[in-house]
Amino acid sequence: MAVLLFAEVTNGELAWDATSKAMTAAKMMGDVTVLCAGAQASAAAAEAAKLEGATKVLCAEDASLGHRLAEPTAALIVSLAGDYSHIVAPATTDAKNVLPRVAALLDAMVITDVSGVVDADTFERPIYAGNAIQTVKSKDAVKVVSIRTSTFDAAADTGSAPVETISAADNPALSEWVEDKVQETDRPELTSAKIVVSGGRGVGSEENFELIESLADKLGAAVGASRAAVDSGYAPNDWQVGQTGKVVAPDLYVAIGISGAIQHLAGMKDSKVIVAINKDEEAPIFQVADYGLVGDLFDAVPKLKEALG
Amino acid sequence: MKVLVPVKRVIDYNVKVRVKADGTGVDLANVKMSMNPFDEIAVEQAIRMKEAGTVEEIVAVSIGVKQAQETLRTALAMGADRAILVVASEDVNTDIEPLAVAKILKAVVDEEAPGLVICGKQAIDNDMNATGQMLSALLGWSQATFASEVAVEGDSAIVTREVDGGLQTIKVKMPAIISVDLRLNEPRYASLPNIMKAKKKPMDEKTPADYGVDVTPRLEILSTVEPATRAAGVMVGSVEELVTKLKDEAGVI
Repeated sequence: MAVLLFAEVTNGELAWDATSKAMTAAKMMGDVTVLCAGAQASAAAAEAAKLEGATKVLCAEDASLGHRLAEPTAALIVSLAGDYSHIVAPATTDAKNVLPRVAALLDAMVITDVSGVVDADTFERPIYAGNAIQTVKSKDAVKVVSIRTSTFDAAADTGSAPVETISAADNPALSEWVEDKVQETDRPELTSAKIVVSGGRGVGSEENFELIESLADKLGAAVGASRAAVDSGYAPNDWQVGQTGKVVAPDLYVAIGISGAIQHLAGMKDSKVIVAINKDEEAPIFQVADYGLVGDLFDAVPKLKEALG
Repeated sequence: MKVLVPVKRVIDYNVKVRVKADGTGVDLANVKMSMNPFDEIAVEQAIRMKEAGTVEEIVAVSIGVKQAQETLRTALAMGADRAILVVASEDVNTDIEPLAVAKILKAVVDEEAPGLVICGKQAIDNDMNATGQMLSALLGWSQATFASEVAVEGDSAIVTREVDGGLQTIKVKMPAIISVDLRLNEPRYASLPNIMKAKKKPMDEKTPADYGVDVTPRLEILSTVEPATRAAGVMVGSVEELVTKLKDEAGVI
């Protein structure tokens, strides 16, 4: 079995956490070749060569691949697909955008958000916001699979695979990039942070959300939010944790003013330790919390910051 | 311009899902079913574009069991003009895979020639997040997924997308597929007069065979089980107690 792992490359840099966790899953399906694509990808390819389990790294640098637009990126992957039994990527928004397009072009049914690899044809994935786990066996000649990275450990960085430069496929030129609005932050990345502090509707306003952020900074944590908080404009969309946002599994997840709708739990219930602070003792978040504190967050969070020294 | 909006009948957002004891799936008998919430946002977007004068006609399509006609009536009551029901299964427990759905939608698009297809980014039952991208591939069209803002300028659509790092804006040539995310709009409720009017709006009924599409699944479902549950935790009485437990018992800070 030969696996093509589509690495997560953003602005020329390899997203090590996502790619290395997908590598762990990909290795269970066969020998792994890593594909790094971008306007600049050679630095990412050099990084990817260190992934334990990589037998080869393919590096495709072309302006058309610069902003991971679906059409040229899918065309590139499809142009390589003949050599592989599996096409795998971490389930980032980029891969969610591109992989189903690749699968349809190969007449295969994509298998998204895989949380377990049973064998090279058989995969586990959550459905219904994680309220059920389905095991499916693919009958397709080529398996196109995205990996829920929160359930896999990272592969080691002790490899030394050769890097081969390849050219991009023809760009169908159907779309063009206009702009990115990305908030620069010194905080750890939400999906790979050891600690995540999240706020919900109970926080009440964008200004009050600074309280959540200051606690996160005290703990060296990433900041998350519930859908309600994002919909209300308290927090940006890329902080959303849940069924349709990011899925996280940190060592410690602190849910503040979050009631715990099923859709939110879907994104954080695999965290090792969950703390919930909520004034409503009936809030469903307490059913998954290891430590629950009933109280006013505006009283508890400042005290918590102080107690942390 | 004509817009096609695919809608899916799924278990209602608020229903607590129960896995069947025999492991064959989720219990869908006698459970409240509704339009997939992302598809409601897609219908709303199409209606707003019609209200703004960029769209002349909205065609809603659903592929599934016969009961999906209720979902289409909801779309018609919200403001879609006509509907196409593709009855692809007799059994409410059969989920038609996104690849087969995309193939049927491609055939519908070939007949209807819309300028845009606006769909939900994922269905809340199988959480696959695939149909829009697959349809776009089969048509050779551009795609703009996870949209939180849509504007039409000439023969292009300017779409802002919700991505991992924040927001990305792209310009796609039309005809195009747009898959919508949560923040695009807040869907309207259908008024009673509009619900009555929707009963008279046209609804065609088709089968996959009419479009020459084989809906045999590519993925064999081996089992469906409940996820592991978390053991019950403890309630703490104070912030001090919480910090002590996190330090000494859990060892996470």
